[in-house]
Amino acid sequence: MNIFGLIGRYVVLMGKVFSKPEKWRVYRRRIVAEMESLGFNSIGIVALVSVFMGAVLMLQMCINFESPFIPRELMGYATRETMILEFSSTVVALILAGRVGSSIASEIGTMRITEQIDALEIMGVNSASYLILPKVIATVVFFPLLAILSIIVGLVGGYAVTVITGIVIPDVYLTGLKMYFKLFSIVYALIKMVVYAFIITSVSGFYGYYAKGNSLEVGRASTKAVVVSSVLILMFDLIITQISYL
Amino acid sequence: MIRCEHIYKSFDGKTVLEDISAEFMPGEINMIIGRSGSGKTVLLKSIAGLYPVDSGDIFYGDVSFTSLSFAERKNIRRDVGMIFQGGALLDSSTVEENVRFPLDMFTSESAAAKKERVEFCLRRVNLTGAEHLYPAELSGGMIKRVAIARAIVMNPKYLFCDEPNSGLDPVTSNVIDRLIYDITKEYKITTIVNTHDMNSVMEIGEKIVFINGGRKEWEGSSKDILFTDNEALNSFVFASNMAKKVRDAAGGAGM
Repeated sequence: MNIFGLIGRYVVLMGKVFSKPEKWRVYRRRIVAEMESLGFNSIGIVALVSVFMGAVLMLQMCINFESPFIPRELMGYATRETMILEFSSTVVALILAGRVGSSIASEIGTMRITEQIDALEIMGVNSASYLILPKVIATVVFFPLLAILSIIVGLVGGYAVTVITGIVIPDVYLTGLKMYFKLFSIVYALIKMVVYAFIITSVSGFYGYYAKGNSLEVGRASTKAVVVSSVLILMFDLIITQISYL
Repeated sequence: MIRCEHIYKSFDGKTVLEDISAEFMPGEINMIIGRSGSGKTVLLKSIAGLYPVDSGDIFYGDVSFTSLSFAERKNIRRDVGMIFQGGALLDSSTVEENVRFPLDMFTSESAAAKKERVEFCLRRVNLTGAEHLYPAELSGGMIKRVAIARAIVMNPKYLFCDEPNSGLDPVTSNVIDRLIYDITKEYKITTIVNTHDMNSVMEIGEKIVFINGGRKEWEGSSKDILFTDNEALNSFVFASNMAKKVRDAAGGAGM
């Protein structure tokens, strides 16, 4: 199928996903369950990655901006800005595309090849909406919280480096964290995370939903979901960044 | 009653069903039989509305299913139950949740009423006590029985069974056959069973439609099968020596 056919199919699927749910009460229960499965259960990996990212960023800043003309406070400032603007949204989203995207594609793909989706259709359930919409809502709500968590943990990681290595005086790092703070940066990061959450769940849902054949095909659908989600995340990073600073 | 008129279906230019017409009566076990790859599953899924047909018409009672809108089809589907080859139970839900699922989605009954209905259906398929098990913890026969309980929980008018005995031992197969037969008679359901299990055909089959190479080759009762002159059907039915012996004992054709 060519790219236009693929996009058309995706748009049609999204039309089904966002049609009126049969019963909101059932969907609400599923949204809560998906928040736990896709969001809450990702806290560990996000925190782990973020603490190391913050620490490495801080170290890199200190090593590469070693100059008597650059105030040391700027190390904290640069770490904070990099974490907020790119790492805690884009890099975390790429990690979530791997963890959550592959899980969604393989779950829905397995349901397709084991006829569970056919069973839902036979009952009169809008299977696309029932399976994908709760995941989209859950991630769109929860992923921005993960971005905030990532920012906080990343900055703590940077602080830990100052304490452990003494490369910068901790108080100087903390002063840098507070320099030139703009609330818009946080808003920008959260907007990006909302867009990424939608991309990850809808694209992975799409590839899982149209999986056919056997378990090998489910594996392929899962791989495609991660690759395409990752590329789209980077593409939309560029687009959103360009729009935000117009 | 379900009626198919001149159904054609193809995938990627390859014709799978060609000019199939048949009528399936309520309160009867209607069977679609044929070799693997003959198109019987495609026919059943087309009748159930899972595959759109290329041309032809399918009637549920007097209503033309093929000309209904998506929303209108959903209303008919509330009257449909289906048992899939592998059970198709929702993996992440318990037996009780699986059976209760259609009630949760489409009724406004109280929790107590739903529970009572689920218990009744599970009792009907002899699965009391398995409510809290997950599909991964069930045997093949139990999975099929849960699928039957889920299929009948909404009191369907139409029941479709796609190879309900595949992967089951002969004893369990008989249990499933008997359940399908009893439920069909009890609720006067229009049941269509898709199978290549000749034991099922002889045990519970009433009206038989034989599909060969995507075309309807023969139609009749399970008794007529033993005495047919149709070559393709004979080679399918009497593929095993045991079936030949049964035919000889019954004084059938081709002796």
